[in-house]
Amino acid sequence: MAVEQPAYTATTPAGDQTRIHDIGYRGYDGPRLGRAYARRSLYSQSLRGAYGLGRSVKSKVLPMLLFAVMCVPAAIMVAVAVATKAHELPVSYTRYAIIMQAVISLYVASQAPQAVSRDLRFKTVPLYFSRPIETADYVRAKFAALASALFVLTGAPLLVMYAGALLSKMGFAHQTKEFAQGLVAVALLSLLFAGIGLVIAAFTPRRGFGIAAVIAVLTISYGAVSTLQAIADTQGNSGAVPWIGLFSPVTLIDGVQSAFLGGSSAFPGGTGPSGGEGAVYVLFVLGLTAACYGVLIRRYRKVGL
Amino acid sequence: MARITTVIGVTVIATESLSKRFPRVTALDRLSVDIGPGVTGLVGANGAGKSTLIKILLGLSPATEGRARVLGLDVAAEGAAIRERVGYMPEHDCLPPDVSATEFVVHMARMSGLPPAAARERTADTLRHVGLYEERYRPIGGYSTGMKQRVKLAQALVHDPQLVFLDEPTNGLDPVGRDEMLGLIRRIHTDFGISVLVTSHLLGELERTCDHVVVIDGGKLLRSSSTTDFTQTTTTLAIEVTDSDTHPDGTRAVREALHARGAETQAEAGGLPGAGHILLLTATGEETYDLVRDVVADLGLGLVRMEQRRHHISEVFTSSDEQRKEAVGHGG
Repeated sequence: MAVEQPAYTATTPAGDQTRIHDIGYRGYDGPRLGRAYARRSLYSQSLRGAYGLGRSVKSKVLPMLLFAVMCVPAAIMVAVAVATKAHELPVSYTRYAIIMQAVISLYVASQAPQAVSRDLRFKTVPLYFSRPIETADYVRAKFAALASALFVLTGAPLLVMYAGALLSKMGFAHQTKEFAQGLVAVALLSLLFAGIGLVIAAFTPRRGFGIAAVIAVLTISYGAVSTLQAIADTQGNSGAVPWIGLFSPVTLIDGVQSAFLGGSSAFPGGTGPSGGEGAVYVLFVLGLTAACYGVLIRRYRKVGL
Repeated sequence: MARITTVIGVTVIATESLSKRFPRVTALDRLSVDIGPGVTGLVGANGAGKSTLIKILLGLSPATEGRARVLGLDVAAEGAAIRERVGYMPEHDCLPPDVSATEFVVHMARMSGLPPAAARERTADTLRHVGLYEERYRPIGGYSTGMKQRVKLAQALVHDPQLVFLDEPTNGLDPVGRDEMLGLIRRIHTDFGISVLVTSHLLGELERTCDHVVVIDGGKLLRSSSTTDFTQTTTTLAIEVTDSDTHPDGTRAVREALHARGAETQAEAGGLPGAGHILLLTATGEETYDLVRDVVADLGLGLVRMEQRRHHISEVFTSSDEQRKEAVGHGG
């Protein structure tokens, strides 16, 4: 003891000495803020996590990089438009997300597994459900967090474009209306992509598989649907084009915005779904999002504890 | 202190013919047991229904029939309120490797409803109490099993619950780690004033730690009593002697001499090396000690050890196995 004591104090900073004494156990009599607070905390933790905040430096790289990749083309467009004193942005607000769909898919593929697969793989889920929050709270917090993260990702470049458009004195009312329409479209896109990404990730606890599966579903379905649409169009079967478009998330959003949000369609022939067909698109988007939520709830009922 | 006095004399957990049936197995079969404050051991072989019971008590899995109350709250109707006052340490690994113990426990404290500042303060306190110091800022992935178990315990205690469920907390620990964990579990009650329900399939370690032991098997209650009841009924003496030239097998010589004087002995069970050299006999009083002394002295042997062996809880299991065999014999 006599030998150890000086060595201990010598290596311990003075500030730490207070911790050497065992002050005994202190109870907690403060407030317990319950379910709603826990859900909010989980939401903010997951949202920050979707951009690598509060996580290791390594996990910040990809989301931040993708965020930059999303915003840089918008900034360049704005710079060009301002420099050439154009009266209209080269790409409309609603088109931007469709053009950048590969980046968005990559982001979903990297962050959806991060949001849910980790808790499943390391079996952290039981620790949540042994606390006041319930399955629905957990699913809602995770869903809302990923959708918000996607909304930030897809909304930020629109904001850059809008700011640039106002700076170069394009028509305020016209730009504001189109910007708002663009925001509604990316909000729908964020909900739909978050739902699909989370469902896939929640069934693939191994992170690598999750990433591959999300990319496959989002990108390959878009490729396949676009190809089928092109074939249908060249064979003079253009009536089938909108109906084929229902089968990939990207074309679903494209259809909704070209029918109701003033977007120009990327469908072959440039004609999106008509009003009636557009209603089906909206139903599909909302239905798919709701279905994803339901599947997630069911999934977490099972893994519970 | 105020909280401790309110808990004393109150039933912490009460179940009333609690049953849980799955399509093919009955996990719990009309289990009725009252558990008071203190450290309670829940003992049973794997598959005895321990984890199922904990799930029901946390309000996460509805019972097929029967009722249960935890801290006076009904598990079926007030699960969320129970989970706010109770901590749970699962048996399996449950820690993400890429965050530090501090970050992880703070997050879990907030999930229990603690405001951010309180969550940080309680995390620092709790990690210190379970014995994690500087390492708590490093990612959990690099921790030893013992340190991971401490983090798991810390997340169960961080919100200062009134009761904690510890599912096999000594699993995977070496003997030293096991002793430290058992000491910590004891302190959770004595120093922190938190009642503990700890499960284990190792009986010996629970008799040192628990005030009360509940033994279940096949979802049925085998026995529920205080540890002193379990271990005080009889005293067994363990004797080990040296060999000499006249008695090359000293143990056998002593056994025969004791038999000649009418004392029954058994060899130590459990096939451990050296077990054959230890004789067990039931002490009926002072005279048994004198008898052993005289027998060994008459034979001219050295007495290496003579110690009291407490009755082991494991004997509950041996007797239940016999009962079960009988039940099977009756066509059960």
